[in-house]
Amino acid sequence: MREGLLTLPRLKLELRTDHSRLALVGVSLMAIIASFAVGMILLAILGRSPMRVSNAFFIQPFTSLYGIGEILLKTGPLLLIAQGLAVGYRANVWNIGAEGQLTVGAIAAGVLALSFDTSNSVFLLPAMIIVGALAGAAWAAIAAFLRVRWNANEILTTFMLSSVALQLLYYLVTGPLRDPLGQNFPQSALFSDAALFGTLIPGSRANTSLLLGLAATLISYVFMQHSIHGFRLIVSGLAPRAARYAGFGEARAVWIGLIAGGICAGIAGVGEVAGPIGMLQRVLSPGYGFAAIIVAFLGGLHPIGIMFAAVLMALLYVGGDFALVSASVPNAFATIFQSLLLVFYLAGALLAVYRVRLVWRSSEVPT
Amino acid sequence: MMDTLMFIVVGTLGATTPLLFAALGELVAERSGVLNLSIEGMMASGAAVGFAVTTLSHSHSLGFIAGALAAGALSLAFGVLVLVCLANQVAAGLAIGLLGLGVSALVGKPFEGNTVPPLPKLNVLGLAHVPIIGPILFGQDILVYAGVALLAILAWIFKRTKFGLIIRAVGEAPTAARDIGYPVIRIRFGCVAFGGLLAGIGGAYLSTAYTALWTEGLVAGRGWIAVALVVFGSWIPLRIAVGAYVFGAISLLELSIQGFGLNVPSQFLSALPYIATIVVLAVISRDATYLRLNRPVALGKVFRSDG
Repeated sequence: MREGLLTLPRLKLELRTDHSRLALVGVSLMAIIASFAVGMILLAILGRSPMRVSNAFFIQPFTSLYGIGEILLKTGPLLLIAQGLAVGYRANVWNIGAEGQLTVGAIAAGVLALSFDTSNSVFLLPAMIIVGALAGAAWAAIAAFLRVRWNANEILTTFMLSSVALQLLYYLVTGPLRDPLGQNFPQSALFSDAALFGTLIPGSRANTSLLLGLAATLISYVFMQHSIHGFRLIVSGLAPRAARYAGFGEARAVWIGLIAGGICAGIAGVGEVAGPIGMLQRVLSPGYGFAAIIVAFLGGLHPIGIMFAAVLMALLYVGGDFALVSASVPNAFATIFQSLLLVFYLAGALLAVYRVRLVWRSSEVPT
Repeated sequence: MMDTLMFIVVGTLGATTPLLFAALGELVAERSGVLNLSIEGMMASGAAVGFAVTTLSHSHSLGFIAGALAAGALSLAFGVLVLVCLANQVAAGLAIGLLGLGVSALVGKPFEGNTVPPLPKLNVLGLAHVPIIGPILFGQDILVYAGVALLAILAWIFKRTKFGLIIRAVGEAPTAARDIGYPVIRIRFGCVAFGGLLAGIGGAYLSTAYTALWTEGLVAGRGWIAVALVVFGSWIPLRIAVGAYVFGAISLLELSIQGFGLNVPSQFLSALPYIATIVVLAVISRDATYLRLNRPVALGKVFRSDG
C-alpha cells in the first residue's frame, strides 16, 4: 500500500547483480567516518576537546614502540576470535559467547600451567594452547549439542554459558586456584616462564600469540574461500533451503560454526593468561569476546577484512587507554565508538547489497 | 525461617518486575515479527539514565521517564537499522545492545556505587500490614502493580482486540498484511519502540527500586533472560509472566540461600539463573512443533515494503 501524505522522494531498492567488494570496503570506510563524526560530537557534549582526544586515540598510539606493541597485543585475541566467530556467522550460527569460551580456555590452560609450575619444558606452552583450544571448543560444543539435539537457540545458550564461565572463573580464583601466598587477592600464583609466550617486539608487550591470530586468518582464508566445506557453510547461511536440498546438513554447519568459534576463543584465552596477565585473575579480558563480534561484521565476515577490522578495534582499545590517561575520557567512550562502528556498518551494508534510487513519484502498483 | 520465607515471596515480586516489563516489551516486538536482541543494552541504559535522573532530580517519576526514553531512543535506532536499512536483525540487535552497554557505562560512571532512596512501598487500601498477605498483595511499590496491569492489558489486546490481531498479522504474514492495507513498517516501528520503552522502565526499576544502587553491570544478563522468557512463554503474555516469576524467584535464591545457612559457593548461585535458562530452553525447545505453532512466522525475517 502507498501512503498518500508523503510527497518526499521515495527510496527504491534494486538488488545489485554485481557483487561489489569495493562497495563493501566503501561501507566500512563510511562507517568509520560516521562513527568518528558522532564520536566527536559526543566528546564536545562531554566537554572534552575533540582535537585532543582524537590525537590521543589515533595518533599517540603510533608514536611509541610501546603504543604499537599494545595495538599488536590487542589485535591478537580480536583477530583470533573474530575469525572463529565469522565461520559460524556465515552459516547463520550465532555464537555470542566467545567471552565465555575464552574464559574456559584460559582456565584450562591456567590449571595446566599451575600444575607444572616448576616445569621449564618447551612443550608446556604448546600443551596449554591445545588444552585451551579443547576447553573453548568443549564449552561451545554444549551449545552446539543443545541446538542440534534439542533445537535450543544458540544465541541464548552461548550467552548464558558465557555468564556461567565468568562465575566459574570467579569461583576458582577466590577458592581452589587462589594463590596461597597472594594475600587473599582473587588471583592465582604467577605462571612460570615456560608457560608464557615470548616477546615479539623487544621493548613492547606484544607477544608471539599474535602469530596464532595470523595462522587462524590463513586457515580461515583457505577453509572459507577455497574449500568445499567452507562453501557448504556459506551456502547454508545464504540459502538454507538450497543447502538442505543439496544435502549440506544444518547440524554439521552448527557444529563446525560453534566449534570453530570455541577453539579460537579458547586459544585467545590462553594468549591472555600466558601473555600480558601471566596468571588467572578475576578479569581476563576487556570484553574481547564481544568486541570480536563487531570485528567479524566490520570485516565483512571475510578473513582478510577481519584482519583490518581487528587492527582498527585494537587501536580503539589502546586509544581509549591513552585518552583516559591524557584527557580523562572514560573507557566507556571507546566501547561506544566500537559499537557505533557496527551500527553504521549495518546501516550502510544496504548500499552494498542494493542499489538505492530516488523515486520522486511513486504511483506504480506494488508487486 | 518465616522471615526468610516472607523475604523471598515479597522480594520475588520485586525481582520479577524488571524481567516482566522487559519480556512483555520484547513480546510485543516479536509478535510484530521483529526479533530485538538489544534488550540487555536497552535495560542497561534505562537503568543508568534512570538512576542518574532520579539522583539529580530526586524524582522517581522523572527517572522512570528518562530511563524509558533512553531505551526508547535506542530501540528507534534499532528500528531504523532493521526496518529501513534492512539489516540482519540478530546483528543489529547485538550492535544496539553493545551500544546500550557503552551508553550505560558512560552515563553511570559518575554514579558508581551511589544509592538512591528506593521507590516507596504503597499501602493499598490500608491493608499492607495484614499478616502474611498484606505485604505481598497490598504493600508493593507502584511498578509491581503496573507490571500486573500491563500484563492484563497486553493479554487482552492480543486476545480480544482488532489492534492485537493487526500486530499479529504483521508478524505472521507481513506481505498479506501490507496488501490489505496495513502499514507494516510503521506498525513494527511502533511495536519496537514500545518494547524499548518497557525495557527502559524495567532497567530503571532495577537501579532505582530493586537495588536502589548503581554499579556497572547491574543488569547482569536479565535482558537476555527476558528474551528467553518470551520463548519459554511461547509468545503468550500470561505464560511469560509465570516464567518471569519463576526466574525472579531463582535470582533471589542467591540472597536467600545464605539466609538458610546453606554453604553453597555464591558464584554457583549467581550462575543459577543462567544455568536454569539453558535447561529450560533446552526442555521447551525439544518440542519443535509446539514452538512452531506459537512463534510468529515472520519473526526475524527481513521485510521490504516494496518487495
